Amino acid sequence: MAERKVGWEPQGQHTIVGKEVQRTDGKQKASGQAKYSNDANPPGTLYAKLLTCPHAHAKLVSLDVEQAKAVKGVKAVQVMAEVGQEFRYEGWPIVAIAAERREYAEDGLRAIVAKFEVLPHFVDEADLKGAEAAEITDGGMAVKLTKSLGTQKKGDVEAALKEAKHVHKGHYGVTTITHMCLETHGSHATWDGDKLNVELSTQNVSGTAGQYVKPLGVDAANVSIHCDFIGGGFGSKFAVDEWDVACAKLAKTTGKPVRLMLDRATEMQIAGNRPSAFVDVTVGCDADGKITAWDSHHWGTNGPKGGTVALTVTPYVFNPPNKTSTATGIITHCGPDRAWRAPNHPQACAYTDTALDDLAAKAGIDCLSFFQKNLDLTNLPNIYGPELEIAAKLMDWKAKWHPRGQGAAKGSVKYGVGLALHTWGGGPHQSNVLLKVHPDGTVEILMGSQDIGTGTRTCIAMVAAETFGIPLSSVKVNIGSNKYPQAGPSGGSTTIGGVSGPTRRTSQQALWKIFDLVAAKYNVDAATLAAKAGKIVSGAKEICTWQQAASLVGPMALELTGGPVTEEEGLTSKQVGGVQMAEVAVDTETGIVRMVKMVAVQDIGLVFNRLLARSQVYGALIMGIAYSLSEERIMDNKTGKFINANTVDYKLPRIGDIGDLVVEFYEPESEYKRGVVGLGEPPVIAPGAAISNAVANAIGVRVPVLPLTPKRVLDALRKA
Amino acid sequence: MDRDQATRNGPGFNRRDFLKGSGAAVAATAMATAAAEQQAAAQQQAAKLAPAAPQTITLNVNGVDKKLTVEPRVVLMDALRDDLNLTGCKDVCDRANCGACTVLINGRPVYSCTRFAIDVEGQKIVTAESLHSPEKTDTVIEKFCEHDGMQCGFCTPGFVMAVRGFCNAKPKATLDDCRKGLGGNICRCGTYAGVLQAAFDTAQAMPAKGGA
Repeated sequence: MAERKVGWEPQGQHTIVGKEVQRTDGKQKASGQAKYSNDANPPGTLYAKLLTCPHAHAKLVSLDVEQAKAVKGVKAVQVMAEVGQEFRYEGWPIVAIAAERREYAEDGLRAIVAKFEVLPHFVDEADLKGAEAAEITDGGMAVKLTKSLGTQKKGDVEAALKEAKHVHKGHYGVTTITHMCLETHGSHATWDGDKLNVELSTQNVSGTAGQYVKPLGVDAANVSIHCDFIGGGFGSKFAVDEWDVACAKLAKTTGKPVRLMLDRATEMQIAGNRPSAFVDVTVGCDADGKITAWDSHHWGTNGPKGGTVALTVTPYVFNPPNKTSTATGIITHCGPDRAWRAPNHPQACAYTDTALDDLAAKAGIDCLSFFQKNLDLTNLPNIYGPELEIAAKLMDWKAKWHPRGQGAAKGSVKYGVGLALHTWGGGPHQSNVLLKVHPDGTVEILMGSQDIGTGTRTCIAMVAAETFGIPLSSVKVNIGSNKYPQAGPSGGSTTIGGVSGPTRRTSQQALWKIFDLVAAKYNVDAATLAAKAGKIVSGAKEICTWQQAASLVGPMALELTGGPVTEEEGLTSKQVGGVQMAEVAVDTETGIVRMVKMVAVQDIGLVFNRLLARSQVYGALIMGIAYSLSEERIMDNKTGKFINANTVDYKLPRIGDIGDLVVEFYEPESEYKRGVVGLGEPPVIAPGAAISNAVANAIGVRVPVLPLTPKRVLDALRKA
Repeated sequence: MDRDQATRNGPGFNRRDFLKGSGAAVAATAMATAAAEQQAAAQQQAAKLAPAAPQTITLNVNGVDKKLTVEPRVVLMDALRDDLNLTGCKDVCDRANCGACTVLINGRPVYSCTRFAIDVEGQKIVTAESLHSPEKTDTVIEKFCEHDGMQCGFCTPGFVMAVRGFCNAKPKATLDDCRKGLGGNICRCGTYAGVLQAAFDTAQAMPAKGGA
């Protein structure tokens, strides 16, 4: 009978795992009863706000905070910068003020007198020549704004391009976008003697306490990090920021709890963004449409560090026999980047799959056949192949694809379809678990993890409910505290594999111990036992109820700990592939692109919770539609300011802007058997290229730079 | 957003009433005493605004009268969040654009970040918290859970209130109605697909207007 082996049940044999399971904390979230860091409001809480640098590049000449201290309601002023200090982007924090109310803090900020010497800046991320020519100083020394990030070479590109039957030269670009977490970065800090308690809006509950040690001189063991809910992170909330440290200092000075959350503009200016990339590409194929050569140079910025998209993902997914790629980073006086959902991949996909689509058009081949012909150049041909076929069916590709610009039109509106493909790792992070089976039959799980929207609590509970054969309501999951067993940060699509693996193994081990107790008590063979629907059964025979079995653990709970999952256990895996197709309607008079439909076919190994998994893909598609069609950071070259750092002018799609979204998981047994793989990043990668390709298919010309705003569409049409 | 007549005549202060009181009252053909009373009331309201001095007001929130002391410049969102600890209305855009702070005022969805707290005295304010308790859960909450119209959940209570208000006004709304009528809220996680289904289902669950 049941062999004692850690693992998931065979496909189709789970009762909870793989099903559509609603969030266990859904009602709390929907009714606003879930408390985020921004909601932490114990009595006496002071409200803190930042004064930030209004210039892209400036030196602080003088700073007078005395009048601010005298403002009604202001309780403490924390200076975060020094006179003489140089600020390298707009939004750099200078002073934090804690006051009894938000409006008093704002009064306090207005009473600060800060004088700046404004210095020359450079913020034009697309202008490589301008960056090379710019005369900029840093700390009084002349600095070069461009940095060579190297070249990668394979084969002989020059010869291959000479031999190629079709050669396409193109320019593409992806502008900078921000994370735009709806809950801004920040925290609520309280001191209890020498103990610091922080409600931190973080993707990294277990990994942040230590970051308070150096700046505050507090003992790491005395720092409690707490985060039950986080209002968006997308890769930007892994660390304790300097404003969190300032918040804790203000709490110390005043002896009161202090909450400091960034305002919307500052959030967008300094709390992370996705680097830009602009590329000149030459790509060639033979008469059959096989890609033979890729030659590219890309540049872009990630702010003061001077980086852009990694060379390692250029060209993206396809690995032609001959390739050269070069990258140049530009230092700009823009806010610093942070990991943005699938770092590097969306940009690389956007400039690779668009260039390949243009090459296919030049060769006169339907881009679907073109991609299919070249799958042997990819990492996962056996996944993309069937996925392309499924996607083509769901999109009705054969009926909808037409040579560029030659489709049917309704007045000035033209329709087109496009596709792209992507890959991502998504292996599990390192998490530990403490599991207790209480004598009353309830199961308690503690894990220093977090829920960034994935549904972490729900998925952990599902594992235990599945394993013990009990209802979800009998499993109590505790996450969101660094006092629980350490868990990895939630980033890179690592969480569901990372938390479900250890929970499954530890639950199975606990169940086997209980089987032994049941076997001894009821005189049955432990090897024949199974836990199903609240009962312990041996074959068809009920031995006892789950409660009776659990009561055998004694007066105290059966307590087990479990460490991170290993690849050999077969519970989790990594590396997935996905295919997306987009259909758009483009008004050639107004330049407005509307989404008609998107199809996403995604491999993620074992689909853990179908409802939440579909949500992840929907969300990724919508985020993809956002950066493809409307959202971008707009820097004013003259003033160096981020001029649309607000939700009004930084355009995100609304509920009516997304078209029909179709999500399909590619889950043959071969993929299911790999176990759980993360899903957050992969589906956000391909929309840029898929949508851009659809627009090119519709209007017959390439709109080279994302997002495809009406102006860019009209410019491209005019140039054609 | 305009107000209905009942609101306009309510005890709460608003700019419209103030203007009406100070200007129209003079030319009014009504009894002189009534006009004088109206003007006096308007002046009293104006005096309330002039200094920044905190004032004690009573807000009717989720059916309960709550006394609080706030300066005239304090917006309803901050009063709800910071004074009454009703943090379901979220502080996101600060400029009446994203809808995360949506509450119902007299049954209609309103961005609470752009209404002064003293402006809504005497009006019926409903926040997301009231839609779910151990005893009773509103259909809209059930539907958001059923269709997973949430991820991080930060925009969700605002969206829930927008949907509640929308469905009250437009029972039996079609999917297309929902797409058009719910454009006032932003979600960054991209939960629109689930929200749309939740809104549609909620609308279908409403009795037809004027019916039962």
